[in-house]
Amino acid sequence: MSAAQALAVDCRDVVKGFGSGEARVMALRGVTLQVNTGEMTLLVGPSGCGKTTLISAIAGMLTPDSGGIRVFGEDLERMSRRKLTAFRAGTVGFVFQQFNLLPALTCVENASIPLRVLGRPAGEANRRAAELLDRLGMAQHRDRFPGDLSGGQQQRVAIARALVHDPRLVVCDEPTASLDAANGQAAMALLRELAMKDGRAVIVVTHDERIYRFADRIAHMADGHIENVSDLETAAA
Amino acid sequence: MAVVALRMLFGDRAKYFGLVLGVAFATLLVTQQGGMFVGLMTRTASVIADIREADIWVMDPQAKYVDTVRAMRDTELPRVRGVEGVAWAVPLFKTSAPVKTLDGRIDNAMVLGVDDASLIGLPRIILLGRPEDLRRPDAIAIDQAGYIRLWPGEPLRLGRELELNDHRAVIVAITQASPAFSANIVIHAPYSRAVTFLPQGRNTLSFVLARAAPGHTPGEVAKAISARTGLQALSSADFRWKTIAFYLANTGIPISFGLVIVLGVFVGIAVVGLTFNTFVAENIRQYGALKAMGLSDLRLTGLVLLQGAVVGLVGYGIGLGLAAMFFNFATQPPGALRGFNLPWWVAAGDAGLTALIVLLAMFASLRRVLVLDPAIVFRS
Repeated sequence: MSAAQALAVDCRDVVKGFGSGEARVMALRGVTLQVNTGEMTLLVGPSGCGKTTLISAIAGMLTPDSGGIRVFGEDLERMSRRKLTAFRAGTVGFVFQQFNLLPALTCVENASIPLRVLGRPAGEANRRAAELLDRLGMAQHRDRFPGDLSGGQQQRVAIARALVHDPRLVVCDEPTASLDAANGQAAMALLRELAMKDGRAVIVVTHDERIYRFADRIAHMADGHIENVSDLETAAA
Repeated sequence: MAVVALRMLFGDRAKYFGLVLGVAFATLLVTQQGGMFVGLMTRTASVIADIREADIWVMDPQAKYVDTVRAMRDTELPRVRGVEGVAWAVPLFKTSAPVKTLDGRIDNAMVLGVDDASLIGLPRIILLGRPEDLRRPDAIAIDQAGYIRLWPGEPLRLGRELELNDHRAVIVAITQASPAFSANIVIHAPYSRAVTFLPQGRNTLSFVLARAAPGHTPGEVAKAISARTGLQALSSADFRWKTIAFYLANTGIPISFGLVIVLGVFVGIAVVGLTFNTFVAENIRQYGALKAMGLSDLRLTGLVLLQGAVVGLVGYGIGLGLAAMFFNFATQPPGALRGFNLPWWVAAGDAGLTALIVLLAMFASLRRVLVLDPAIVFRS
């Protein structure tokens, strides 16, 4: 960890299971993982290995059965439901695999939602969203609806939405899964450029090996635990 | 976030119109049937309501409502007049009779014989003619709707003749009487003439109409009359409610209308509930995304309730407007529904029912949103 880096996410022995009795499935079997600020960490591994469960827990949407998760020094398990909701609103930005843009809202309105959730006035939220869309090359599409856009353009709107409220942690779930190769690379480049400043941390769940080169570290998961964490050079080797 | 909720709602036009139409249909059904029911019940006692000069009705002790007439002896009239607290008392004869125009059109009429001297009992509004002309030979007054029914498309004209139970009668006045429950035509004549139109038994006095003297209430005086004469005496208001209560208890009217209203409520709940449930199901990922992005359950509930409130308001407005149009067009004389209207309290009551329909219909959907796991957004 460099002097400028700090611990953004600290997961210690996180265990999470679903169901009960014989039908109980253990999604996380003691995951320990640290993510630093200024880093993009990729979570990779086969389907069903617990990647999504882990980012859901890190984002405060799932409570682990045991173990602890600290995000920017705050223990998530000590937070009430209301505090967790506020934590997600203020600290976390999301990029979803299926974008989850609201089809009835324009690009600007979609990108401004996190600010509206935080109670910012519509004018201010839309202005900030428009600036971000401009930087993402979406200036001419601001007032169009998601249904009128290509997959790559929709993902850029989703990235703008994830970053519009300056979250310290950005969580991305398969951000390139719905995009072709070129758009996928472009989306990752954008995420890296916009998210990797001001002490942010980015966690990306992916199956897409083509985007490994954007990562600072890659955490390999299997069967509910972290098998190893490698940096880019190690992974390339 | 209210704008987001509304844009989500208006963005899915098919569902939005489905929801609004569901509420509008339920509102129309409930309001129209509610108004009809009230109109019908009011009509059962329209004779009582029309005679505003009298505030006490005296009748045979066995009379159950205004249409069960068991004539009293003429001597009962002076007995009533003699009771302390009675300012005045007049006779009223009430019967029904077949009427026939000279060109052969036949209908049934309610005939009211009013006091020869005072003409108390005549409708307040005389559209054509003068009340005093009723004292001329064979003179009668007919209500406007009855006239239009007997001579459709023809202008109102005095001097026309008709046969009232084979007796010649001449129209000298055209009135605006409230429609009767049991007849399409309302005819007024002086008491002494009205009793000659139909074969009678020994007694002809259907009712005694009285007024309480200043300083006395109709209820008190009615009690005094009953005590002194042994007759049944009721204030106009009490007799009106007694008549309405009789029809409520002894006819299928409330059950029939009540069933339609309940059906309207259930259909409304079903249509709105199913459509809103589909709307929520199709937008569940959007709701999940909002939850994931930190929208609290309270605010999410607010968004869903706002969507429901808008659907309810727009649907209620359309349904109420259609019901009002129905009452405006369908109740013109001489139609069977003339005199029916949409009381404000029926519309207000339906507003409450509409809110209930929307709330019940949204309950399941709202629960679905509230228990929604925000992590759904990470599932493909």
